[in-house]
Amino acid sequence: MWDYSEKVRDHFFNPRNSGPLDHANGTGDVGSIKCGDALRLMLKVNPATEIIEDAHFQTFGCGSAIASSSALTEIIKGKTVDEALKVSNQDIADYLDGLPPEKMHCSVMGREALQAAVANYRGEVWSDDHEEGDLVCKCFAIDAVMIEDTVRANGLKTREEVTNYTKAGGGCSACHEKIEDVLIAVNGRLYSSEPKPKKSPLAVPGESPVKPKLTNYQRIRKIEDTLEALRPMLQRDHGDVTLVEVDGKKIYVALTGACQGCQMESATLGGIQHKLVEALGELVQVLPVAAMAHH
Amino acid sequence: MKPIYMDNNATTACDPAVVHAMLPFFTEQFGNASSIHSFGAQVGKALKEARGKVQALLGAAQDSEIVFTSCGTESDSTAILSAIKAQPERRTIITTVVEHPAILTLCDQLEKEGYVIHKLKVNKKGRVDLDEYKSLLNDRVAIVSIMWANNETGTLFPVEEMAEMAHEKGIMFHTDAVQAVGKLPIDLKATKIDMLSLSGHKLHAPKGIGVLYVRRNTRFRPLLRGGHQERGRRAGTENSASIVGLGVACDLAMQHIAEENTVVKKLRDRLERGILAKVPNAFVNGDTLYRLPNTASIAFEYVEGEGILLLLNKEGIAASSGSACTSGSLEPSHVMRAMGIPYTAAHGTIRFSLSRYNTEAEVDRVIACVPTIIAQLRKLSPYWSGSAPVSNPEQAFQPEYS
Repeated sequence: MWDYSEKVRDHFFNPRNSGPLDHANGTGDVGSIKCGDALRLMLKVNPATEIIEDAHFQTFGCGSAIASSSALTEIIKGKTVDEALKVSNQDIADYLDGLPPEKMHCSVMGREALQAAVANYRGEVWSDDHEEGDLVCKCFAIDAVMIEDTVRANGLKTREEVTNYTKAGGGCSACHEKIEDVLIAVNGRLYSSEPKPKKSPLAVPGESPVKPKLTNYQRIRKIEDTLEALRPMLQRDHGDVTLVEVDGKKIYVALTGACQGCQMESATLGGIQHKLVEALGELVQVLPVAAMAHH
Repeated sequence: MKPIYMDNNATTACDPAVVHAMLPFFTEQFGNASSIHSFGAQVGKALKEARGKVQALLGAAQDSEIVFTSCGTESDSTAILSAIKAQPERRTIITTVVEHPAILTLCDQLEKEGYVIHKLKVNKKGRVDLDEYKSLLNDRVAIVSIMWANNETGTLFPVEEMAEMAHEKGIMFHTDAVQAVGKLPIDLKATKIDMLSLSGHKLHAPKGIGVLYVRRNTRFRPLLRGGHQERGRRAGTENSASIVGLGVACDLAMQHIAEENTVVKKLRDRLERGILAKVPNAFVNGDTLYRLPNTASIAFEYVEGEGILLLLNKEGIAASSGSACTSGSLEPSHVMRAMGIPYTAAHGTIRFSLSRYNTEAEVDRVIACVPTIIAQLRKLSPYWSGSAPVSNPEQAFQPEYS
């Protein structure tokens, strides 16, 4: 069973604003019965103030699809149409205290329903180029269609390039075979990766299986080295990461540039955490610097 | 309230007698069966007894035809990889579109490696076409692998007849029988089945123990090479506690096989009738005339399976769905799609799989809970209005992308 947050459970078991809405003046239908998710969002907008006075939903979908729909209606009620359009799928996920990576598409669907309903209210035609494939990289929540598109657009040849461009495969590495399958599907063959000029700092040859305990200094150096190795990947997305504080098992980092407020922020932190757990050989928690205030 | 477990095709509870028989093999009977001293000899004797009990349940002619493995998946992989290694000139495999991933994923991989895979299609009841099957049997086929019973719908395949047909053409026949063993009487010595996979945890033995039956004189190549265990056909120190547990479970299954087909079947039928009488727009999937006695696969139209499972779980009822959203993929179950079940129903399919530990009171509680749950979710569904589907549901609600 999925590890849903209390908020998700609450909004699934007690959905807010469900069912048809009389006198709705903006309706958005999104999703696909094939994929098992379909959502109708109905808005009652006051034309004079542009304020969304009421919002209802009807959803065919899993627990998190219903919870995301319910959360969306709660978030946008009382906002103006323009304010509502600023709601991102990450806002919906955050409102629910997070969604499992496999379920992030539920929040994306909510965001799209909102765009469609607003377009309908304004008498515009909304079209969507959204396409989604099977989830490949669970650490960074990257699906097969996104990898395929990126491979085609950039003529990528190797798994390493895919990781550099999309982050897919940059965490636990369990999905490398699936990434190679996408590369073969697009390129017709698999190109061998370039021999690396030097060993990555994470893979020390001949390292003894029983690791000696690190000194504080060595530990922090290792954390820095690991972040350093991840940095080029984030910089490709016009983001960056810096180490702020190490407090026992808690490692606080600042995501900057495009990473800041990015819809994939929690997935990025998850991926960084995975790398650090591997490098240090101990369980650590990677937290955004904002979380320091609470501790 | 005591939880109700109706997900026995996923896994079963270990019978207390099984656990009791296993415990000494973690303590005083810890020996390695291969050792010459008395510690080993006692274990060796226990393994032999267990092997005899598995042999009896399967109706195998020889106890040496029983090879202990770690699980059903290992048994399946061993059978197929053995067949293609032992007959390198044969590069075709015949199977069905509705097999368990233990077969399908392996076959997909072999296809990438250049093997030809024929997957028999099924009709809307889940049956294969024996004429199509017959037309595919030729001397390029290394092995036929057909499940005895489908895990999602319980639909049975005529494996005994299909094995005869393969045998006439000199083709090896394997069946993945993890859902059938213990629920149906099986007498392998009266069939032409060459190999059969079973999994302990589907019949009240622990997880981590399986069996591959290999008929005497079947050409065989081991998956794991190493020590001489299992007569060199599966190297690795025997999982003695689990083998002993499986032996006891097979004994119990023999004793209860009639009960599975009378008492358990009656409970399943009561559950199905009770639910269908109360819930509109619901139907049973699979071949209702020819299926496992314990399995009910019910499609509830216009709602999604995960929602149903979460609400059932809240009532303390455990079942499962063929729904995509429980697996992280977006497409509904390959079994439902293969049978041509429409998306509006495939996504809302729930599997209740019973065991001899279920009671009539439990069945009645499930019947009482389900209608409310379905009604609650349909109230949220854009395909439903009041007490019926919206007219022309597929046209009335056409989302932006599909």
